[in-house]
Amino acid sequence: MKVRLKVKRTDPGSNEPRYSSYEFEAEQSVTLLDALIHVREYEDGTLGLRCSCRSAICGSCAMRVDGRARLACRAKVIAITGGDEDHEMVVEPMGNMPVIKDLVTDMESFWSKMRQVDPYLQPAQAPPANEEYRVTNEAMLDLTHTMNCIMCGACVSDCTVLEVDKNFIAPAALAKAYRVAADPRDGKEHDRLVKYSEYSGIWDCTRCNMCVEVCPKGVAPMNRILQLREMAIEQGITNNAGARHTNIFTKSITDGGRLNEVWMVPGSVGLFNIGRITKEMPGAIRLALAGKMPFNQVIPPGMPGSHKMKGMDRVRNIVRKSASLKPKKAEVKSS
Amino acid sequence: MSALKYAFWPGCVSKGVAPELYVSTNRVAQVLGIELVELDQAACTGAGVVQEQNPELADALNARTFAMAQQLGLPLMNICSTCQGIESMVQDKLAKNPEYLEKVNGVLADEGLRYTPGLVVKNFLWVLVEDFGLDKLKAAVKRPLTGMRFGPFYGCYILRPSEILGKSEHPARDKYIEMIIEAIGATPVTYSGQKKCCGFPILTVNRENSLQQTGNHIHEAQDLGADALVSPCPLCHLNLDAQQPAAKAVTKYDIEMPILHLPQLIGLALGLEPKEMRLDHHVVSTKKLLDKLPQGAAV
Repeated sequence: MKVRLKVKRTDPGSNEPRYSSYEFEAEQSVTLLDALIHVREYEDGTLGLRCSCRSAICGSCAMRVDGRARLACRAKVIAITGGDEDHEMVVEPMGNMPVIKDLVTDMESFWSKMRQVDPYLQPAQAPPANEEYRVTNEAMLDLTHTMNCIMCGACVSDCTVLEVDKNFIAPAALAKAYRVAADPRDGKEHDRLVKYSEYSGIWDCTRCNMCVEVCPKGVAPMNRILQLREMAIEQGITNNAGARHTNIFTKSITDGGRLNEVWMVPGSVGLFNIGRITKEMPGAIRLALAGKMPFNQVIPPGMPGSHKMKGMDRVRNIVRKSASLKPKKAEVKSS
Repeated sequence: MSALKYAFWPGCVSKGVAPELYVSTNRVAQVLGIELVELDQAACTGAGVVQEQNPELADALNARTFAMAQQLGLPLMNICSTCQGIESMVQDKLAKNPEYLEKVNGVLADEGLRYTPGLVVKNFLWVLVEDFGLDKLKAAVKRPLTGMRFGPFYGCYILRPSEILGKSEHPARDKYIEMIIEAIGATPVTYSGQKKCCGFPILTVNRENSLQQTGNHIHEAQDLGADALVSPCPLCHLNLDAQQPAAKAVTKYDIEMPILHLPQLIGLALGLEPKEMRLDHHVVSTKKLLDKLPQGAAV
């Protein structure tokens, strides 16, 4: 099988990347990492790449292929090209981090964000004398997703928020944050959730699913961020725009069945946040001038006369009865 | 060939701040002979937001919408990438958890509704390509948009997670907008931002980030010569169109880009009048775009 690669090359200290193309014959079973090692061994010894285990365990070889982050050792060439031998794979280093050389990136910001979430358990009390902490199987099952994380950086590479804001804590560290906050042995859950709810934390994620898509180990970081949001709201940590947005949105559905768009902004940023609301006024006026403002939604959700969809009684019944679907909290705190 | 007929979930936005989407969808469906039976008592999908506080409520509301479609014996069509993503996610969750599904069905029982996994749920984009067909669409074109250049903007939830959005059965789903643009005689402009996030979900949380995202995508597409962007998602439309002046101020990019809802683009190619699709009800004027419409071709 013919393999065609176009690799982005960057020399240390240089801001002028270039592309090198390679073409050679390889077995059908070849992975992208095999192909790159072939290049380094036989075509061009100057190619820089990072790899170790070749088994999707060490997390060293994440890089972008055709614009998407992957573990090179886990990516079969034939799966990327769909068997099209003319397909030239464009191989680039991970995004959202500086390049040291060629496909090798500087992961310092990845690790510093990991440290920011205090990624270790902080038990409230010592284990019983001469015993270890005990937890139930159920409590740990939920954490198995995040335990699979191999810190490869693929989710950070393709995070669409990091692209515009380097301060965002980003998916990998927030997934780790969930792993420790939701662990029954941890005693700092509330403090953690307060901290994670701050600016650049859990509420800054756009929920774009990019990290879920590119994670090679099924960690689904965004889903863990959503779980942290649910935990934060449950603990009453709601004095921020993100939690208020979720609250007003949900209230709008339980009150009227469909979204009240007019009240999303004031309900999220805070009714008395005059500066922030003023910023949105020109936008609201533009909508009204374009004939798009839904004036039937001007009464806030929950107030007498607020807009209700047809058949709201039936929706209210669902709201009431769906409370029975909530899973019971497992009693799993350390004993 | 038998006529196409769908239970139609219009979503909240097309019934609220984007009436032009609702109007143009119905008009285009009528011209194409696609029958839509609107579910006027279906509730919001939760858009992933209700799920942050009360995932069980969102599951029940979506299962209820699915059951309504099944009661009519029809597949379900939506016109919002976010609705599609949420509906597909809930379908996946319920299909994988039969015990939980039974409990959800218990919640629906008062209304005589019951959801059985297997319902076909498709965004209008998928309906056009997979059910209606691009050849038929080509044949229906009365005003080929030759020479016009459109950039796709998909919306995250119609693409990701691809595993539950039918990527294995329909591997080209991430190219459908380009395929449609070509089918109606126009030229697709591909750019790196077309599958990224528009920024809308965090507009109230981090306005600068949200508007930077939107501004970046528009700027990139404009640099590559797009005359307009087209999206199957009204939430993306809100950030790309209604917030575009704000994005321009935040990013300092000199941007001016009309944003079309997918059915509006189809309607133009079908020879419909721009006003019928409320193209005069956008925040960013569509006038310059409409001036480029091939003259005299419409019937």
